[in-house]
Amino acid sequence: MKCDELCTVASATAIGGGYSMLLLDAPAISKEVAPGQFVHVRVPALAESDLRRPFSVFDARGGRIEILFKSVGRGSELLAKVRPGDRMRVAGPLGRGFPDPAPGADALLVAGGYGVAPLHFLSARLKEKGFAGRIVLFAGGRTAADLLQLDRFAALGVECRTATDDGSAGAKGLVTVPLDAALEECRRSGRPFELFACGPGGMLKAVADRAMALGAPGWISMDRHMACGVGACFACTVKTRDPKGGVANARCCVNGPVFKAAELVWD
Amino acid sequence: MVDMSVDLGGLAMRTPVATASGTFGYGREYEGLVDYSALGAVTAKGVRMSPWPGNPAPRHVEVPGGMINAIGLQGPGAEHFVKWTLPRVRALGVPVIANVWGGSAEEYAQAAAILDAAEGVAAIEMNVSCPNVKEGGHTFGSSPQTLAATVRAVRPAVRKPLIVKLAPNVPDFAPYLKALEDEGADAVSMINTMPAMAIDIEKRRPVLGNRTGGLSGRCIHPVAVKAVYDAHRASRLPILAMGGVYGPEDAIELMLAGATAVAVGTATFTDPRTAERVAAGIAAYCGRHGFAAAREITGALQEQDPC
Ligand SMILES: Cc1cc2nc3c(=O)[nH]c(=O)nc-3n(C[C@H](O)[C@H](O)[C@H](O)COP(=O)(O)OP(=O)(O)OC[C@H]3O[C@@H](n4cnc5c(N)ncnc54)[C@H](O)[C@@H]3O)c2cc1C
Ligand SMILES: Cc1cc2nc3c(=O)[nH]c(=O)nc-3n(C[C@H](O)[C@H](O)[C@H](O)COP(=O)(O)O)c2cc1C
Ligand code: FES
Repeated sequence: MKCDELCTVASATAIGGGYSMLLLDAPAISKEVAPGQFVHVRVPALAESDLRRPFSVFDARGGRIEILFKSVGRGSELLAKVRPGDRMRVAGPLGRGFPDPAPGADALLVAGGYGVAPLHFLSARLKEKGFAGRIVLFAGGRTAADLLQLDRFAALGVECRTATDDGSAGAKGLVTVPLDAALEECRRSGRPFELFACGPGGMLKAVADRAMALGAPGWISMDRHMACGVGACFACTVKTRDPKGGVANARCCVNGPVFKAAELVWD
Repeated sequence: MVDMSVDLGGLAMRTPVATASGTFGYGREYEGLVDYSALGAVTAKGVRMSPWPGNPAPRHVEVPGGMINAIGLQGPGAEHFVKWTLPRVRALGVPVIANVWGGSAEEYAQAAAILDAAEGVAAIEMNVSCPNVKEGGHTFGSSPQTLAATVRAVRPAVRKPLIVKLAPNVPDFAPYLKALEDEGADAVSMINTMPAMAIDIEKRRPVLGNRTGGLSGRCIHPVAVKAVYDAHRASRLPILAMGGVYGPEDAIELMLAGATAVAVGTATFTDPRTAERVAAGIAAYCGRHGFAAAREITGALQEQDPC
């Protein structure tokens, strides 16, 4: 069951490129949260009438949760200023996360920028459970500074393949460059795989298209502006196919944020 | 012990604090985050006869002091609500106010009849004031005559307390309240959101998919206080007041101005426990000011003659 936990900041660290890592004491959320779920954070220095901000969980263990975030606006800039000992309300765990890949399938994770966050948690949990398949991360970003926490993935034994727009790390171009190469390998070897993606909209669509074209399961984590975060306001809609063939407005915060690629309708 | 119970036009509430329509889902969404026993009522999201898809995204934007929304009343339709949603909401043990809207006076009446007949609906709130839907909603509350005609169509279909929700953007509430009294409404709720707009100056485009929307939150609170004050002086109808209630002080202000009960809306998004805090704060205020019952606050404003 979700709760609204008063969390104490255990550590807050700027990691360059405008990104920060936040470690929060959150015993209740930490125990319940599953990969792909998110928390709704009341940023301490925002006004009482400012809304909460949603963030994916990067990792959860030992009564703590970890968040990886980028400062992109008012709320996330203020969040980057919190210090150990500061306290804030955090609601969670919220939403529907990633399912486990089928036994015997490889897990291909595709991330752009801070999109690595839920995929790291997924990798960590799969490894803990003794998932036998291969886990490969495809991480993309504008520059090398947008390829985040690859050492943490490597420490889990996750293979990382990277791409940057400017070619400062990995392949030059979009993350679909190394991804397509790997999909071609899978096609040739006939190994089953599932795709898991989180990142900018264009990247998500590219991954969903590939999952559909190859007939592989695709799990896409969508990013929408949110107000309530719990399904109460219908502000965060994502277009999905309804069973009768029409288009429905699903709520990202409760029907997602992770959707099946086959469910999504792109603008 | 302060008596916190109030009677809102026949709706018995154990505290004078409800949740506002559209901000609390159909009731259960906040389970785990809210102590429902502190709530006087839960107002469900608006429903009409048939399912309704709502507006294109983006549907909300944060602005200083609140937000603008143009959700567009997405909902599953009255029958689906009664059959699938209501039974699970009833388990919470809080009176449910069903909120209804429609594209015609007849549709209002049809949907209201379904809700009225449903076990677990304690009262019906008619939304005649949503700024986000062109077809219906706002037009029904935009003149005293159409308002009267709409309430006249609905009243015979409803045996439960009938609350009518007004828009804040009218020059004078008196003729609207007169229409409600004449047509037999049991209570009035006010205020709905205020028409508003935000523009993305880089893209030179409206921010909201619907272009315009309704402003809610902290910033509309003084507008609500004035509206309730005016309405209380113009009419004896009990008032369910909403508009920027973030703490007990805001609720007490509305009650002093004449509200029988208040509803918490946008504030719940930031602090789901707002309604609980408000109820506790009202009780404490009664203790401090020698009120034996919360209902004594209603209209207890002490006014000096203007010179
Ligand atoms: C399920 C989910 C998981 C997320 N996980 C992460 C994460 O792990 N790390 C991370 O850095 N960011 C994440 N985000 C995005 C993050 O919520 C936004 O970057 C943040 O809300 C921006 O707030 P701001 O005040 O800094 O920006 P502003 O632009 O000042 O925000 C103004 C308003 O827009 C909303 N908003 C702005 N950008 C976004 C956005 N991209 N998505 C949703 N709402 C937005 C804000 O919530 C606020 O209501 C996630 C979003 C969602 C929906
Ligand atoms: C996201 C959102 C959705 C709303 N939907 C409805 C609705 O369906 N029916 C209705 O009568 N009022 C609706 N309202 C108006 C609120 O019930 C309330 O009257 C208004 O927001 C003012 O209160 P507040 O400032 O506390 O939010 C909605 C408000 C918001 C913010
Ligand atoms: S943010 Fe309110 S329904 Fe999703």
